[in-house]
Amino acid sequence: MSINNPLTKNIEEGRAPFTFAEYKAAGGYQSFANAVKMAPRDVMGQVKDAGLGGRGGAGFNTGLKWSFSPDPDGLPRYLVVNADEMEPGTFKDRLLMESDPHLLIEGMITASYAIQASTGYIFLRGEYTVAEENLLKAIAEAYDNGMLGKNIQGSDFSLDIYLHTSAGRYICGEETALINALEGKRANPRFKPPFPQVSGLWGRPTLVNNVETICNIPGILTHGVDWFKGLGLGEECGTRISGVSGRVKNPGCWEMPVGTTFRTLLEDYAGGMQDGYVLKAFLPGGGSTDFLMPEHLDLPMIPGDVAKAGSRLGTSLIMVLDDKTCPVGTVRNLIKFFAHESCGWCTPCRDGLPWVEHILNKMEEGEGEMKDIEILKEMCGYMGPGNTFCALAPGAAEPLQSSLKYFMDEYESHVKHGCSYN
Amino acid sequence: MTNIIASTALKARQLTEEEIHEIEHEKTHYPYAQAVGLEALKIVQKYQGWVSDESLLAVSEYLDIPPDDLEGVATFFNMIFRRPVGKNVILLCDSVACWMLGCDDLKAHITSTLGIDYGETTEDDMFTLIPVPCLGDCDKAPSMMVGRELYRNLTNEKIDQIIAGYKAKA
Ligand SMILES: Cc1cc2nc3c(=O)[nH]c(=O)nc-3n(C[C@H](O)[C@H](O)[C@H](O)COP(=O)(O)O)c2cc1C
Ligand code: SF4
Ligand code: FES
Repeated sequence: MSINNPLTKNIEEGRAPFTFAEYKAAGGYQSFANAVKMAPRDVMGQVKDAGLGGRGGAGFNTGLKWSFSPDPDGLPRYLVVNADEMEPGTFKDRLLMESDPHLLIEGMITASYAIQASTGYIFLRGEYTVAEENLLKAIAEAYDNGMLGKNIQGSDFSLDIYLHTSAGRYICGEETALINALEGKRANPRFKPPFPQVSGLWGRPTLVNNVETICNIPGILTHGVDWFKGLGLGEECGTRISGVSGRVKNPGCWEMPVGTTFRTLLEDYAGGMQDGYVLKAFLPGGGSTDFLMPEHLDLPMIPGDVAKAGSRLGTSLIMVLDDKTCPVGTVRNLIKFFAHESCGWCTPCRDGLPWVEHILNKMEEGEGEMKDIEILKEMCGYMGPGNTFCALAPGAAEPLQSSLKYFMDEYESHVKHGCSYN
Repeated sequence: MTNIIASTALKARQLTEEEIHEIEHEKTHYPYAQAVGLEALKIVQKYQGWVSDESLLAVSEYLDIPPDDLEGVATFFNMIFRRPVGKNVILLCDSVACWMLGCDDLKAHITSTLGIDYGETTEDDMFTLIPVPCLGDCDKAPSMMVGRELYRNLTNEKIDQIIAGYKAKA
């Protein structure tokens, strides 16, 4: 038996998610029994060897990230699942949580064993009300069936999982801001180091991982490292969920081998552009990534390859910009989002983003000046990496700087004639 | 900030039994009571519709969180309402995928149908209109929520039906 779609094998559109019994009958809840026979450090080692990269945007090796947590000292340690999913254009964690909540719970149990966490929190964005209901049900079922609580499956490992629902703020997805939010504080990011693996929630070792990252854990510990490695194309390991929004024939998200190209995603899965629209550019992985152009479509969706082309894979849910949509207006919309969601802690972000938004508004209304283009370029530098307290502002600068690179003619024509798209 | 609270709120109101019961339940999830500040505000909002100064002070006293700190949390989150809202809060996504697929036109349609702009409430207190950032539903854009309900692939006609549905329920 060889499963090639471990993340979505239980998902069927229009059907209710599997109950505990159905999930188990489909081969679920086996990974903990395998893991608990090993030392926790060896479970980490397996996850590391599997080559699983974090699916929250940065792509860091998950097992390696876990291995930075200090050895247990008998005091509490935490696993936190980042389910804040607010990056514009991203809707993959919604699918996983709404449609197969037990996969996340199983992943959390096995991951918690690896890092020896006694408590797990799911930090869920408040707007995901269906995910909230389905997760609460799944957690209750897992308790009823002895997969959560004291001495799971007769082992000496115990774990509680709680669901925290947030109230809408993008910065809470940044892992140190998330930790502040969980502690009940205003969600400004924290200084790093110390990293959360060492000192996170209430000063204790804390691992923050994305939903999809954790959903990969059951497969690795059930079917093994070699199986996981074999899922990817070429040298790549595993599968991941990629998707498309914008004017394509069939927008959505799907599980596919790591290493699939943007073209396959766009043309085979999403059915290509809608009739009458031509692809002008695309954001490869959410609103905080640099635009790529049609000539980049044959790149595999791998962080390194996308970085070489001058962007980031991010969440690997792409947004297409068509020829009838204004690129300046698109960037203005993105910047408005980031300006609104800035936590206000540091100046380049708090004051820079509204200024950029103001300039882009002027341009859209035909009141831009040539010197505004220079100001925009300069702002990209101020908001860039190293000048701000967290990665929100550098992320916001990415679509701006790349649009200045690829669409300078559009900026100039906005200054001269205003916006010519309806 | 202390001044703002002191000058408008008279004093904390009494939390209801239901509110206290739910806040106590949330407290069992965390080692420190202070951690449930946001949850407590959400619970209060669920029952009262919004978070008044009196409610904020009540939660502050109940959880022993300084009012300024709790206000810092309350004002931080998009979904905590520190002003009264209508019975049904329409949360229209205005982020990039929805914008590309026409959310500005939907907004104009809602505004002309209900006579309210962003941040406003209809005179009969039935609807409040608020823009929200990306609802994580971009493949079904344009999208919006009304309260806890998600509505997708919106058109003006669909919005008319949705609004009529809520009016009929009232
Ligand atoms: C402003 C900002 C928002 C973020 N939002 C999310 C999010 O919603 N979900 C997520 O998993 N990671 C988000 N991240 C990344 C997290 O900080 C963190 O890297 C991630 O949760 C780690 O999980 P992973 O190693 O499993 O990818 C965000 C980062 C920044 C800077
Ligand atoms: S970059 Fe923006 S979001 Fe990040 S700490 Fe600074 S102000 Fe806050
Ligand atoms: S942009 Fe509206 S749901 Fe994502």
